[in-house]
Amino acid sequence: MNIQIDVKNASKTYHSERGEVEAIRDFSMEVAEGDFVAIVGPSGCGKTTLLWGLTGLHPFSGGSAKILGDEVGKPRQDVGIIFQQANLLPWRTLIDNIHFPLEIMGEDVTQYEQRVHDLLQTVGLVGFEDNMPNELSGGMQQRASIVRALSVDPKVLLMDEPFGALDAYTRDEMDALLLSIWNKTKKTIAFVTHRIEEAVYLADRVYVMTPRPAVNAKTFTIDLPRPRPEGTMMTQDFFNIVATIKQSISDEVKKQKQSGEYQTEKYSTAF
Amino acid sequence: MEDLDKELSEHVPEFKDNAESEGEGGAFGGVSKVIATAHTHGWKQAAGVIGVAIVVIGLAEILIRVLNVPEFVLPTPSAIVVALFESINSIYPHFLYTLLELVAGYVIGAAIGMIFAAVLTQFPYFETIVTPYIILLITTPTIALVPLLMMRLGFTIWPRIIAVALASGPMVMINSMTGFRRADMPKIALARSYGATTFQIFLKIRFPLALPMVNVGLLVGGIFGLITAVGADMVGGDMGLGNRLSYYSSLGRMAEFFGVIILVALIGISIWIGVSRINKKWASWTG
Ligand SMILES: Nc1ncnc2c1ncn2[C@@H]1O[C@H](COP(=O)(O)OP(=O)(O)OP(=O)(O)O)[C@@H](O)[C@H]1O
Ligand SMILES: [Mg+2]
Repeated sequence: MNIQIDVKNASKTYHSERGEVEAIRDFSMEVAEGDFVAIVGPSGCGKTTLLWGLTGLHPFSGGSAKILGDEVGKPRQDVGIIFQQANLLPWRTLIDNIHFPLEIMGEDVTQYEQRVHDLLQTVGLVGFEDNMPNELSGGMQQRASIVRALSVDPKVLLMDEPFGALDAYTRDEMDALLLSIWNKTKKTIAFVTHRIEEAVYLADRVYVMTPRPAVNAKTFTIDLPRPRPEGTMMTQDFFNIVATIKQSISDEVKKQKQSGEYQTEKYSTAF
Repeated sequence: MEDLDKELSEHVPEFKDNAESEGEGGAFGGVSKVIATAHTHGWKQAAGVIGVAIVVIGLAEILIRVLNVPEFVLPTPSAIVVALFESINSIYPHFLYTLLELVAGYVIGAAIGMIFAAVLTQFPYFETIVTPYIILLITTPTIALVPLLMMRLGFTIWPRIIAVALASGPMVMINSMTGFRRADMPKIALARSYGATTFQIFLKIRFPLALPMVNVGLLVGGIFGLITAVGADMVGGDMGLGNRLSYYSSLGRMAEFFGVIILVALIGISIWIGVSRINKKWASWTG
């Protein structure tokens, strides 16, 4: 088995004017080639921190993290990132946004024409190539950002609540779309979300993070059969798994509170 | 935009230092709005504007004739046009002269202003040191320096070019700084994650992001430059549209006087149209 994402005892402490914030403590995770894992946890627990650590853009303060065998740190083109917001450049048309990574990498755009077209077809954006981002709906923007990430054919995809800003209906649609893309391409995906249902529906394995400092409380293997049609979310098995995970999270929080570890959201009023 | 910045500061507060959400920049917000919407109504707007002009000019023509206003007080529009055509050969060199001092001063000032803004915003400490001096330059009418400059450099074009540059440059700079300060960290992170160089990030993220505010600076700086150019002509020497204004008014040739004012206004309008074009082409994503 080829481990593509290998995190060992990663930790991250932020130093800000208001003091130190320990966001992540001793988080470990191993993701094999073609695996789809989800990381869930309440808002503010450190999910984004974890993902940014993996991209190397915001390094961890302790532990080690390797992607595709190399210590993270340098930007690399075989790792795609999909952000919490679609993050399109508002002064570029949709197609120019999709070409952005290719441009940065100095690639010949024409060589990717077919690939990009196929991707646009898959996500249903053919015909919108020349639209500006502000002429697209939130769902369309996020689909465009997926195409942008996939256009350079990365091996690993890191996704930070990519559908968090979308309405429930569009979100389910996007989840199904993502699964169908994954079925075809078998990328290795680490997907961050705070919705347990979404995590269970998508992933082979769900890592549960506790509130700050985030430790990896539990890992659940989801053995719902694949492929998973949208109806999967209506099955009894699905509900059972979700319930188990929710129960374990609330147990974990209780345990932390008793041991005095649990830090309340001190800064919530500051923002 | 603001939402995004706010969201960002919640999620990745480490970026907060740079991610200032300055909106469209205080006092000039209105200007950038106007630039952004200048072309949205197309020919209907043009027809309306021309219609108003015809009515106003026509009324002026009739009123001045009916009330028998003497020409040295207020010439009729038709007299102005006739005078402008008749004297255009003698005015033309002055027009070119003023245009040259304006364009030269403006290009130099705007270029230096933009470069300074782009570089300085990368160093917040120096920015805080330099900003008060920029504000000093903006609030001091540079036209006041022209007599001094002319004393040292003579009644040539150079003191005027310097004055125009000093009037427009800081204006371009202070607005561009607001633009370049808008570091949208997720977008920069995106570029960086594909290995973008600092220069690529500047060219493909920071500059387009700053462009709407740069344009506000270009517009206001251009108008400031024009005022300064005409004013500098009035101070000394025997060339330029400002010089013609003093000349014709001292002779009481008000038709020519107003004709020259029309030429000055045409330059101003061209600045406006030029910046609007830039804005429409590359910064129409705002607003
Ligand atoms: N630069 C920073 N300085 C100080 N504290 C920070 C910084 N960045 C994040 N934090 C803190 O670290 C914790 C984890 O933040 P993070 O953004 O990773 O949470 P999250 O799980 O992604 O939340 P959400 O679900 O709302 O996106 C938060 O409590 C936050 O306040
Ligand atoms: Mg987050």
